[in-house]
Amino acid sequence: MENEIAISSHDLVKQFKGRHTTVTAIDHVSLQVRKGETFGLIGPDGAGKSTTTRVILGLLRRDSGESSVLGFDSMRDVYDIREHSGYIAQQFTLPADMTVLENMRFFADLHGISSKEQKKNIDELLIFAGLTDFTSRPAGRLSGGMKKKLALACSLVHEPEVVMLDEPTLGVDPVSRREFWNLLGNLRTEKGMTIFVCTPYMDEAERCNHVGLIYQGRLIALETPEGIKKMVPGHLLEFQPSKFVPARDLVSSLKGVLEVQTYGAFLHVFVDNVERRQPQIISALKAQKITCSNMRVIEPRMEEAFISLISREEKENNAK
Amino acid sequence: MPNKQTNLEPTSEPGVDPVIAENLTKRFGDFTAVDHVTFQIHSGEIFGWLGPNGAGKTTTIRMMLGLIQPSEGTLRVLGFDPVTQKKTMQGNVGYMSQLFTLYNDLTAIENIRFYGKVYGLSREHLAERQREIIEMAGLHGRENAVTSTLSGGWKQRLALGCAIVHNPKVVFLDEPTAGVDPISRREFWGLIYSMAKKGTTVLVTTHYMDEAELCQRVGFINMGKLVAIGTPAELKLNQMQGQVLEVNTTDSDRAIRILKDAQKNKSLPFDEVALYGAQIHVVVPGAEKYKGRVKKLLEKEKIKVIGVERIVPTLEDVFISTINSSQKANKK
Repeated sequence: MENEIAISSHDLVKQFKGRHTTVTAIDHVSLQVRKGETFGLIGPDGAGKSTTTRVILGLLRRDSGESSVLGFDSMRDVYDIREHSGYIAQQFTLPADMTVLENMRFFADLHGISSKEQKKNIDELLIFAGLTDFTSRPAGRLSGGMKKKLALACSLVHEPEVVMLDEPTLGVDPVSRREFWNLLGNLRTEKGMTIFVCTPYMDEAERCNHVGLIYQGRLIALETPEGIKKMVPGHLLEFQPSKFVPARDLVSSLKGVLEVQTYGAFLHVFVDNVERRQPQIISALKAQKITCSNMRVIEPRMEEAFISLISREEKENNAK
Repeated sequence: MPNKQTNLEPTSEPGVDPVIAENLTKRFGDFTAVDHVTFQIHSGEIFGWLGPNGAGKTTTIRMMLGLIQPSEGTLRVLGFDPVTQKKTMQGNVGYMSQLFTLYNDLTAIENIRFYGKVYGLSREHLAERQREIIEMAGLHGRENAVTSTLSGGWKQRLALGCAIVHNPKVVFLDEPTAGVDPISRREFWGLIYSMAKKGTTVLVTTHYMDEAELCQRVGFINMGKLVAIGTPAELKLNQMQGQVLEVNTTDSDRAIRILKDAQKNKSLPFDEVALYGAQIHVVVPGAEKYKGRVKKLLEKEKIKVIGVERIVPTLEDVFISTINSSQKANKK
């Protein structure tokens, strides 16, 4: 049971053909998501996250390769996939003039759920989403966080085993974002639900069991969050230089410096050896009359790893 | 009529704060969106204006832009009254909305020109600004791309360029980084820093607490009220009720439920239990006292605990703690 596969793709290709050009939006992507795990798909804007989600769900045709949800083929078994999976599209909006309860009933009707069953499911989901006190409020008058919770509840009304969420917390404040992820955590632990989520938030990616990193349609990493962080070279030094641009340029050229990232007024410098490079960096900057404050060694987070891996890809791409 | 107090004279002298709000209030019918808010933004500062959805952030900005009138209180932007001196003031402020208001069927350069003309820039000045903005936003080679074909990061930097085409002294950025990827966010913050360095005052709203850490000062607004203001370091020191334990386990989903249950049935006095990336942050009255008890509780439920450590709270911890306690105070 543990190793059963919920979502899978093999050599998946999707192209958008224009009059003059063809864009390969998904370029031979192979991935597997186990039942009961939370899988995060991350990548820069336009990398192919939404397209991958839609092709797997059978909303877009693939050009070659294989993909399936719970063993149902994305192209041949679309209706089975509908029945067993929930989906929240990016910037999905609910009918604003319908109340919370009307929205839930509407989605239940769409899925052909009997009114007897509806009552039970909807009551349960309202409690789950913390919306019991708001059943008669129009969806348009809910706060941003509550709208997202309602969208999630609506996508679960037919009791799917898999949910695919495309940037579900976009524009949501930190408090509501935490609440939303707590709901996802409960779904996974209580119902064994498989959760597939595209996200631009790296702290959300950190909460997934596995993460796929996609760049220009290619899957360049498929790892646990820990594994992704280990793909980053060397050690990370953070400090605030007195002159930013000259310091960045100077440090980038020093020996043993593997990569330099900027973080507001801070520089994030990846070095091969902290003990050796730290004093060298300080004295090289000092020679140019640049002082640095708040220097410390930090653990790279998912965000630093993401930036490092993507810029590496970009460099290789430009070299070609 | 609003704005009874007019004791502040228009001025843009150095040393005078470019944004001054005193008891600023906005009511819509019987709903108070902004409730007696008092604060100043200093010259050349990056000021983070933070709060949950619907807290009153955008309403505040709209008053500062003179788009809506305050119901009560005083507001000065660069010494001007945004309502009565709107025209003069607007030539000196820039605004980028969360919607990146660009004309999608115009090219990048056409958008810049359009905004330049709206602000009445002379032909020579506009040509110069055009070059500077293309340079700043890294739009070389994409000047003639139709805006709708640009990806999120490019659009965002173009929108900023258009917002500052007239070299404003104060810039209001309303959720400028929503929905763009981490790389574009970093580049964008590079731009904010370089603007501030040149003396521009920046007010920015964001839902990313790591971005809030990059502000020089931040203000938290909740349900229309200013609930905390200070540098990120000050807020971490003063604003947080209790101390933060970071709990590292191999099964955070299950661990958080156990800790939340303990919070609910009050067997342990946790102020807050929340996931933070893959770790759990627990707010306790005393770190040393509860470290061992948290560990024991989880191990009793057969969860492998990698570590329980006291940490300096992140701004997100402070934000959530402040918002929650102001919510509780309001309910009473």
